[in-house]
Amino acid sequence: MPLNKDIKKVLVIGSGPIVIGQAAEFDYAGTQACRSLKEEGLEVVLVNSNPATIMTDKDIADEVYIEPLTVKALEQIILKEKPDSILPTLGGQAGLNLAMEIEESGFLKEHNVKLIGTTSLTIKKAEDRLEFKNTMEKIGEPVAASLVVENVQDGVDFAAKIGYPVVLRPAYTLGGSGGGIAHNVQELEDILANGLRLSRVGQVLVERCIAGWKEIEYEVMRDSAGNCITVCNMENIDPVGVHTGDSIVVAPSQTLSDKEYQMLRTSALNIITELNITGGCNVQYALHPESFEYCVIEVNPRVSRSSALASKATGYPIAKVAAKIAIGYTLDEIKNAITGKTYASFEPALDYCVVKMPRLPFDKFITAKRTLTTQMKATGEVMSICTNFEGGLMKAIRSLEQHVDSLMSYDFTALSVEELEEQLAKVDDRRIWVIAEALRKKMDPVKIHDITKIDLWFIDKIQIIVDMEEALRTRPLTRELLAEAKRIEFPDNVIARLTGKKETEIKELRHEYNIRAAYKMVDTCAAEFEAATPYYYSCFDGENEAADTKPEKKVLILGSGPIRIGQGIEFDYCSVHCTWAFKKEGYETIIINNNPETVSTDFDIADKLYFEPLTPEDVESIVDIEKPDGAVVQFGGQTAIKLTESLMKMGVPILGTSAEDVDAAEDRELFDKILEQCQIPRPQGHTVFTREEAIKVANELGYPVLVRPSYVLGGQGMQIAISDEDVSQFMDIINRIQQDHPILVDKYLMGKEIEVDAVCDGEDILIPGIMEHIERAGIHSGDSISVYPVQSISQKAKDTIVEYTKRLARALHVKGLINIQFIVCQDEVYVIEVNPRSSRTVPYISKVTGIPIVKLATRVIVGNTIKGLGYEPGLQKESKYIAIKMPVFSFEKIRGADISLGPEMKSTGECLGISPNFNEALYKAFQGAGINPTRHKQIIMTVRKEDREEAIDIGRRFEALGYKIYATRGTARDLNAAGVHAIKINKVEQEAPTLLDLLLEHKIDLVIDTPSSGVDKAKDGFIIRRTAIETGVTCLTSIDTAKALISSLEVAHSNELNLVNIAEI
Amino acid sequence: MKAFLILEDGTVFTGTSIGANKEVISEIVFNTSMTGYLEVLTDPSYAGQAVTMTYPLIGNYGICRADMESLKCWHDGFIVRELSRVPSNFRSEYSIQQFLIENDIPGISGIDTRALTKILREKGTMNGMITTNENYDLSVIIPRIKEFKAKKVVEKVTCKEKQVLKGSGYKVALMDFGAKKNIARSLNERGCEVTIYPALTTAEEILSANPDGIMLSNGPGDPKECVSIIREVKKLYDSNVPIFAICLGHQLMALATGADTHKLKYGHRGANHPVKDLQTGRVYISSQNHGYVVDEATLDPQIAKPAFINVNDKTNEGLSYIGKNIFTVQFHPEACAGPQDTDYLFDRFIDMMGGAK
Repeated sequence: MPLNKDIKKVLVIGSGPIVIGQAAEFDYAGTQACRSLKEEGLEVVLVNSNPATIMTDKDIADEVYIEPLTVKALEQIILKEKPDSILPTLGGQAGLNLAMEIEESGFLKEHNVKLIGTTSLTIKKAEDRLEFKNTMEKIGEPVAASLVVENVQDGVDFAAKIGYPVVLRPAYTLGGSGGGIAHNVQELEDILANGLRLSRVGQVLVERCIAGWKEIEYEVMRDSAGNCITVCNMENIDPVGVHTGDSIVVAPSQTLSDKEYQMLRTSALNIITELNITGGCNVQYALHPESFEYCVIEVNPRVSRSSALASKATGYPIAKVAAKIAIGYTLDEIKNAITGKTYASFEPALDYCVVKMPRLPFDKFITAKRTLTTQMKATGEVMSICTNFEGGLMKAIRSLEQHVDSLMSYDFTALSVEELEEQLAKVDDRRIWVIAEALRKKMDPVKIHDITKIDLWFIDKIQIIVDMEEALRTRPLTRELLAEAKRIEFPDNVIARLTGKKETEIKELRHEYNIRAAYKMVDTCAAEFEAATPYYYSCFDGENEAADTKPEKKVLILGSGPIRIGQGIEFDYCSVHCTWAFKKEGYETIIINNNPETVSTDFDIADKLYFEPLTPEDVESIVDIEKPDGAVVQFGGQTAIKLTESLMKMGVPILGTSAEDVDAAEDRELFDKILEQCQIPRPQGHTVFTREEAIKVANELGYPVLVRPSYVLGGQGMQIAISDEDVSQFMDIINRIQQDHPILVDKYLMGKEIEVDAVCDGEDILIPGIMEHIERAGIHSGDSISVYPVQSISQKAKDTIVEYTKRLARALHVKGLINIQFIVCQDEVYVIEVNPRSSRTVPYISKVTGIPIVKLATRVIVGNTIKGLGYEPGLQKESKYIAIKMPVFSFEKIRGADISLGPEMKSTGECLGISPNFNEALYKAFQGAGINPTRHKQIIMTVRKEDREEAIDIGRRFEALGYKIYATRGTARDLNAAGVHAIKINKVEQEAPTLLDLLLEHKIDLVIDTPSSGVDKAKDGFIIRRTAIETGVTCLTSIDTAKALISSLEVAHSNELNLVNIAEI
Repeated sequence: MKAFLILEDGTVFTGTSIGANKEVISEIVFNTSMTGYLEVLTDPSYAGQAVTMTYPLIGNYGICRADMESLKCWHDGFIVRELSRVPSNFRSEYSIQQFLIENDIPGISGIDTRALTKILREKGTMNGMITTNENYDLSVIIPRIKEFKAKKVVEKVTCKEKQVLKGSGYKVALMDFGAKKNIARSLNERGCEVTIYPALTTAEEILSANPDGIMLSNGPGDPKECVSIIREVKKLYDSNVPIFAICLGHQLMALATGADTHKLKYGHRGANHPVKDLQTGRVYISSQNHGYVVDEATLDPQIAKPAFINVNDKTNEGLSYIGKNIFTVQFHPEACAGPQDTDYLFDRFIDMMGGAK
């Protein structure tokens, strides 16, 4: 069937802020789908609260609303834009839930808007536990024995019947939020109570435990004519029990015979047919490892993280095809964009092996449990492609950028065989390293399999890697041995370490033997047809087929690797826009990246895509083949910046700001000199290496001081210290990882934090706007609420900021982007940080000012001037809108993580509130972040001494809105003394009933808990904060955030939102 | 031990010897299935060919005899990038290495199978030699390689004696031109009593048993070589007994009724080929293994009309015969290896014989 002519204007719902379980993959899917709809001449209206996305650009959709994803906002947008259709399957679970809610209310019917792609009936059949189970039973597809319960007792009764352990899966949550495995009644009661609360419909599935079975997924497509295909299948190396998002996954499956493969494939097709899905769908199976018995675990009737992975693994653009299907096309009418010859109605054939590894945030949450469960914890992932599994795994490991480059990177050598056995039974993110060590200690692979249930085939592959380590350690490095080590992707530095040689010697030896990386194409068809799209991966056992292009100008753009806290989707936004801008300037563009969730790794963004790790060696191999005229590092976050030095050694010119100047901004001594030259003050401070030096400096400066490593992103390891003990503890934490650069100890100034992004052409600067943080200095800029335009500093301070920005940009010879953070303290302006590169705020400030900064920066980099581009240098005119960027956290996903905010970044994503007035912008931002504490009108306040005065004001304002306030002793005393009625409640360690009991009654909307600084963050406070998060109560740890929240609640009464169409800015 | 794959165009790949240590010349073809290497290895249609698997990791789940599509391996040689040293699957009985040796199949591993596939794609299927002899002389062996042509392969792979699979339903005569086991199994599972006849059985003998339907199987080689069989097939066509034919059987029926076949540049071999049912417009993913194809331009519209086409290259994938209870397909509804999407065609055959019994 061709295009459905009734469809003219489509509303696409995005997935909102990045949280664990819902990351960049939906920007990728949404962007691809929007482009695909526009290509058909349809008008696209986009709504997403996440300003860091590419899909919210005016080039991607016709009308763009960065509004909270709430029913109220969506209804207003529909009334205003009058779309005829809504495509709900591209915005993840968040988008799907919202579409369901608005459909169920009858609003869509009333306004004659259709859901396209998938009907609400289908969504219900797939998402509602009971309906799903009934549907599966109807078509004879097995599901694990299970019961949907709405209260804890029913769950306990059912578990008693089917026996422990049981798996708990809450309905309508993302990333398996609130789920888990219960081994006994106590665990069941805990997890179940939590799950019931988190489920939108208050339902949890209690299910027979199939932990240890093989976990297999199929990505399936179906069109309205009923044609079905599978895009690919995937096998989780970690058996059932670990969320697939946290598993190491391989595509295609490796240990399934054709009988098993086809059995599950046929089942997946039956399911998508019965559910009547038109578009993409993901089906997850548990397959018994010793029989043909299987169970359907779940079905996602939409694009997902797995479908993004499958798209990148095969070259089959699932979201694009799903969008075309939604508007009427059938699979045999849609061209395969990779080959340009065949059609979407075929199944990709892979002639390589794909390995995905999760990027887990345990480096950020050092107190958190590393255990992996059915609740997803990963913030991002990496994918690698190789001709063999060992190579795929080795490449994936070094793509993680977690100080790991091989199976030797976590040291378990001290463990005895018995201890290793114990460790193997613990399912955590380091398990493959433990397996490697067990194999080194000659543990029987069968024993390892018995403990871990990981298939022997994978264990044997780890054995091959371990054997190679031993061979390199003990045998002469012959040509054959080196070739084999490279075939399974041992990086030169690891070979050097094992052979006792220098890395350069290994490289020279390789070149002497002509052992070089070759590039193969991902073509969807295993070379059966000629492919037109240059999407490459490397291997060491074949001929190179990367097209030898010799354009006039060729630029290498380095991506930002896996999404992690501190380096998120915003850098992908920058990389993609920079690529587009270079293309426009006539360059051939080459992207290197390894993140399957992103837009930058879509095969039609750059002229060439290399899906590779971002290490110096991997990049150099590509440079050898492509010989680019230059490389851009300023858009790819710290990942790209870190490669600068290596690129220069390879002889690749760095386009834009020179490497020396980048270095000058990071190197404390050089930077101090520049500040001195420019006569710009900064908080006093010194560089140190050891704990003793740090304590000495801290005492000279006087507490509080800020301790942090240089060359990091997201304030990793940054802390405010108020005592010698603090300094010494923080230094130890930082020095857990070998530091190549000194550690900075600075005087901590408590003032207003201001942030500026600017474009500089070497002479002039362009500042789109000045942003201000709501939270006072000391909380990481990424975790602060950011307001544009700046509200609370004097004109004099603003002028000073502009002047300092100009001086610094010039002194650092910036060509391109620069990001500067200031502190304004008693009207004095201090510089605290300068990054001559793109920053987290670039997408946000571009959108709200309408100034395409990345594009301008790129054009400046290639030689244009700001004036030449038609812009008046200096600070641009302030927008009539207030735009507020709100951080969003995923604390509920990470057991044991401390949620109190500080200089180390902890947020996973952000959303935007934009409005002509400040308080509404704030209100929208809080709404977008899901902070809406209005249900019970009861709050708890436990505030440190320094904050009490402000707490009184906040308390008074909550009281005025009719809230009941509970407070701990000191806070209650001060509140009551000031005439704010507060009920005293006992702290955790005091006698019952305590604050904890209050929280567990589920009658509290909000906890304001500002911890005292320093190491001595009372255990008490930690428990309160965790309990709040785990019972779904908003918990704010900065008095400034609380103040902003009450301001937003005070305006919340107005019914109509002022909608802002970003495309019109 | 080192092994070499030498193509008739002079390309030499150096790898490691696997399987039997013997020299072989054969036609080199590639298969893009990601699973099902054992089904491929035991598919008699590959007689006279050496098969390259484009999927690089082969042997992962070992060998399970129950999955064999015939009694032995008919390949002349087997070409892979990597053989798994550990077979891992609950049904695995032994390793693929042992299987190759047991079946006396030589092979080569450790070569760039993608580069080889690209050569075959660009230049078309060609002959090659697998050898462990390092002192080869191209000027001597290339003419020998070029000379090779598989002959009488159907006679080689067909059963020697008639065989019966008991059933209480329709009586089906299965002409074994190199039939995959799952054809008989698919019919038998639907209740049919299947009598498997050697390829050279006369039409008279088959018809004298009064079958309810006749099944013409898949098989190897150039269909036009099967001159005498084509004559018998023509008689079956004339008999008015319902006929369902797969692959070689489909080609033989076309030849018997006056159409022509030609060789494809590099054939269709894999488990991902989209075919469109022209009657319903539905597209199915099919398992395929053929080097020759019926030339649609040569069809007599009075005799047969296209029933299926290949969505990728639009070649013919099936025919329905006008005024006859006959339909034939180029692809493999019996799957093994590959998708089971078209096994509904066996039900259609049952319907042709009179519906469920």
